[in-house]
Amino acid sequence: MLQEFQDRFYLNFIADDRWKYLVNGLKTTLTVTFFAVLIGIVLGFIVAIVRSTCEKTGKLRLLNAVCKVYLTVIRGTPVVVQLLIIYFVIFGSVKIDKTLVAILAFGLNSGAYVAEIIRGGIMSIEGGQLEAGRSLGLGYGQTMIYVILPQVFKNVLPALGNEFIVLLKETSVAGYIALEDLTKGGDIIRSRTYDAFMPLIAVALIYLAMVLVFSKLLSILERRLRNNERR
Amino acid sequence: MKKVMAVVAAGAMVMSLGMTAMADEDKTLVMATNAEFPPYEYREGDEIIGIDAEVAALIADKLGMELEIEDMAFDSVLAAVQTGKADIAMAGITVTPEREQMVSFTDTYTKATQMIIVTEDSEIASPEDLTGKTVGVQLGTTGDIYAEDIEDGTVERYSKGFEAVQALIQGKIDAVIIDGEPAKVFVEQNEGIKLLEEAFTEEEYAIAIAKDNEELLEKVNTALNELKEEGEFQKVVDKYIGGDASEEETEAVTEAQTAEAQAAEEGTEAATEAAETEVAETETETAAQ
Repeated sequence: MLQEFQDRFYLNFIADDRWKYLVNGLKTTLTVTFFAVLIGIVLGFIVAIVRSTCEKTGKLRLLNAVCKVYLTVIRGTPVVVQLLIIYFVIFGSVKIDKTLVAILAFGLNSGAYVAEIIRGGIMSIEGGQLEAGRSLGLGYGQTMIYVILPQVFKNVLPALGNEFIVLLKETSVAGYIALEDLTKGGDIIRSRTYDAFMPLIAVALIYLAMVLVFSKLLSILERRLRNNERR
Repeated sequence: MKKVMAVVAAGAMVMSLGMTAMADEDKTLVMATNAEFPPYEYREGDEIIGIDAEVAALIADKLGMELEIEDMAFDSVLAAVQTGKADIAMAGITVTPEREQMVSFTDTYTKATQMIIVTEDSEIASPEDLTGKTVGVQLGTTGDIYAEDIEDGTVERYSKGFEAVQALIQGKIDAVIIDGEPAKVFVEQNEGIKLLEEAFTEEEYAIAIAKDNEELLEKVNTALNELKEEGEFQKVVDKYIGGDASEEETEAVTEAQTAEAQAAEEGTEAATEAAETEVAETETETAAQ
């Protein structure tokens, strides 16, 4: 039995250098996730601030409407469909790097969810804080940046971390546009060896390991941010 | 081996699924296929039709079983047979030595070629010109496996054949390598692309059956050979690509032209449309019998 296991391991990962599909796929998955997270955070913050500013002060109505449309469209459609639309429709007749397409698609997608998480965080800070900031002579923007957002960031960190874990795993559909990410790497091995068990379990374990490392980093960050609360 | 797998929770789940599929094995013949491969198998309304689907139905008849078709990605088709989720796999599967290690093959039933599709203004004129080019293929097909040997080439593996063709039309890749018959259909239905005359490789299709299921292999082989002798097999082939193909082809071309814009966007839709004429013919034929 051990021998058979060894044989299958050899066939799936060692023969023909098949492990390279997984390593290259992992690189792609990490690149896409990393840049998509960056886009997601930037976009999410901007949308959240526009939305909460409009709700609190009644300004930026036009921008708010644009943001609402963005949220509805992105949250109302599956990410696979968005990915395919960006690749085959929006960039319909252009030769474009598929990694870039994936980063854009997942970044845009993540931004919508991050926006709502952060807006929730901003709305959860009591109104008195804003008033206190303003009465101390800070402008609205300054109060946001120096008083509200630091607290928001700490409060939404668990939810934000969750969103990024989801994003990391969601990139597994990138294979739909023939991008060779980790999942696709496993699929290619599967299509060569016709063995389902080894490649799929290997891919699953790699995702699990990445999420474990990421969760660990997050919990360290959370503890750091809570240092000032300890008395 | 089963014990080892059962220890792992995921493995156990896979196994239990396999077991349930095997329970009603004696009455139904489950065929795994990838119904995006005209004219061998494709969807027509709710039904999966094509040469493979009809031949499989005839074989099931001969075995006194009922045919059930499971549609899945091509790269899962052989795994489905191996794990017992399906009894046979017919999806225009080329016999290769690697595949023979994993599953058993019946006698071959069709000669096929891997053809190269390029845009009409392409500088690629023969398989040798593919050096250094970006080639689109369907994941797990023989085209995919052989395309890896292209010097300095980049292989883009799409889940569906028509997506590779779409990418070619949009200028994202330089060429598509795919089985000859579907290639002809794709070229007929899309403007601005053509087939290279020289084939990329030549090969033969067969039905795949799990390694340990020699009884079924023998039965299917007998049924398949009977069908060939009786001429029933050729009838099915003729329906889709055979004798009066020239007529059908012109029809398909005109149709493709009228649905030009649509075809460029949505290969499958046009495929179903063009297939309608063929099916109408199929139906009258069956009625006559």
